[in-house]
Amino acid sequence: MELVAFVVLTTLAFVSGVVVVVHRNQIVAALSLAANLVAIAGFYLLLQAQFLALLQVIVYAGAIMVLVLFVIMLLNLPDEAHRRGGGRVQGGLGLILAGAFVVLLGLAIARSGDGGFASTSGGFGTVESVGRALFTRFFYAFEAISLLLVVAMIGAVLLAKRRL
Amino acid sequence: MNPQWLLLVSAGLFTLGVIGVLTRRGAITILMSIEIMLNAANLSFITFARMHDQPDGQIFAFFVMTLAAAEAAVGLAIVIALFRLRESTEVDELKLMKW
Amino acid sequence: MIDWTGILITIVKIVVVIGGLMTGVALMTLVERRVSGVIQFRWGPNRVGPFGLLQPMADGIKFLMKEEIIPRDAHRPIFILAPALSMITALAAFAVVPFGPTIELFGRPIDLVILDLDGGILFAFAATGLGVYGIVCAGWSSRSKYSLMGGLRSSAQMVSYEVALALSVVGVLAASGTLRPTVIVEQQAGWFWNWNALGGGQILGFVLFVIAGFAETNRLPFDLPEAESELVAGYHTEYSSMKFAMFFMAEYIAMFTISSLAVTLFLGGYHLGFPLPFEGLPLVALQVGTFMLKVGLFMFFFVWVRWTLPRLRYDQLMDLGWKRLFPLALANVFLTGLLVTFEVI
Repeated sequence: MELVAFVVLTTLAFVSGVVVVVHRNQIVAALSLAANLVAIAGFYLLLQAQFLALLQVIVYAGAIMVLVLFVIMLLNLPDEAHRRGGGRVQGGLGLILAGAFVVLLGLAIARSGDGGFASTSGGFGTVESVGRALFTRFFYAFEAISLLLVVAMIGAVLLAKRRL
Repeated sequence: MNPQWLLLVSAGLFTLGVIGVLTRRGAITILMSIEIMLNAANLSFITFARMHDQPDGQIFAFFVMTLAAAEAAVGLAIVIALFRLRESTEVDELKLMKW
Repeated sequence: MIDWTGILITIVKIVVVIGGLMTGVALMTLVERRVSGVIQFRWGPNRVGPFGLLQPMADGIKFLMKEEIIPRDAHRPIFILAPALSMITALAAFAVVPFGPTIELFGRPIDLVILDLDGGILFAFAATGLGVYGIVCAGWSSRSKYSLMGGLRSSAQMVSYEVALALSVVGVLAASGTLRPTVIVEQQAGWFWNWNALGGGQILGFVLFVIAGFAETNRLPFDLPEAESELVAGYHTEYSSMKFAMFFMAEYIAMFTISSLAVTLFLGGYHLGFPLPFEGLPLVALQVGTFMLKVGLFMFFFVWVRWTLPRLRYDQLMDLGWKRLFPLALANVFLTGLLVTFEVI
């Protein structure tokens, strides 16, 4: 059962990822990225990290991607132009290089030993466990990131203003 | 289903993101490819958290998510500002510092 | 190994909920028009069947028989996907709403909620957050100025008010100490002054939730994105027949979702508001009926406000969302934090 879900999610993630990287229409690419993010949330659910799966959908798929779509529609961006010359040879070599990169990473992963999944204590991934860790051990990081969000908000508003 | 498969998925998605960043011409699609890379890293974090039954990896992923949100907002604001100047978001057109 | 009975029970629950929702939506189309008629001192539709009760059926037949027109330049795949997205996300949010207590059937306890998630409220927000995509897709894929403007305005409005919506609920979550809707409802059992909006100290949160909820569903006074006099019909200008009907239904289902969430979080859920001496199945039936009554009253409130308040201009709308509701919601969180720390609630 888990295996079926894993295969479906992997297919969804990779197909939507390829569409993001390849498709020339930016809105289709953005929507496909949203699908990719939902697939990643599915992966988190498979790993029993429920809180983060929900956060992924709310923050990433529900807010960030909507912002990206909004900007694309606001600026009325056309389809991306063709890639400049370099031709098939360069493209082919690039793909081979990418494949080599994946193989390299795969080798590193395979050699990292055979640690299976630990059996969870039942509280893994729940809101309470993550919240408890967030507000006790990672408290300073939490406050720092709140500050970062405020700075980012002010920065974004100022940068996008028409007249300061 | 063991962790290696998920890490492999994460590696594959990361590579897709790298291809996107290096190949695409529109500033926003480049930002989107960066988001794919960040998500692949998040997937690795959560896999590792699950492997050791610790919440730490999830906290890391949480922070990465927040950072990605902030980065996307500021990046898109920059794109809007640049579009006002150049009428285009293709990164090839944005290479002249002097106007 | 696979719990077939459990799966069957869940499927039955899903069928009951979706059936109930669809019936409710059909009824709402009639109720809205009749109540609007009462407020405007005219008859609503009352010709088709007794008191116009067959009007929704007539509307349904009309929608099914009308010609589907897809504009030539529209982006077909996304054009067809958009109403489906709206419907799916609107229906999904209902999976975490508890409409009754736990009952004992076939020797096993069944909670009257489809998904009793640990982070149930977050799931509801995730589903309503994804609802923006239907509008964005519809607005862009129609390749029409009115649709694009309507889609942009509507999506910006929904995203802005989501912030106030989520923050207004944080007070309830802090006071209840959990995100499970079932536990939040259970903590409002007993007399009606246990309800979160009254004795639970969340009256500000309740008011903010209602206002933000109106904006989330694009209902008056926040319906500029689909206002007839401004934008023809906003993001669903180019849609006809069944696709338009799906948007229409998705809007009503979103209204039901916001009503149900408000009832669950602030108005005591399915609890009656006074304790009754008997237990068992009659009490459960009464409680489910109470839930439906409360949601129905809320829907009536939606229609009532529609014809009472004038429409907000777009910049006034965004102003309200960011400069007034957001700080008020933050103040609510702070206040609730104080109240919880000093153990008042």
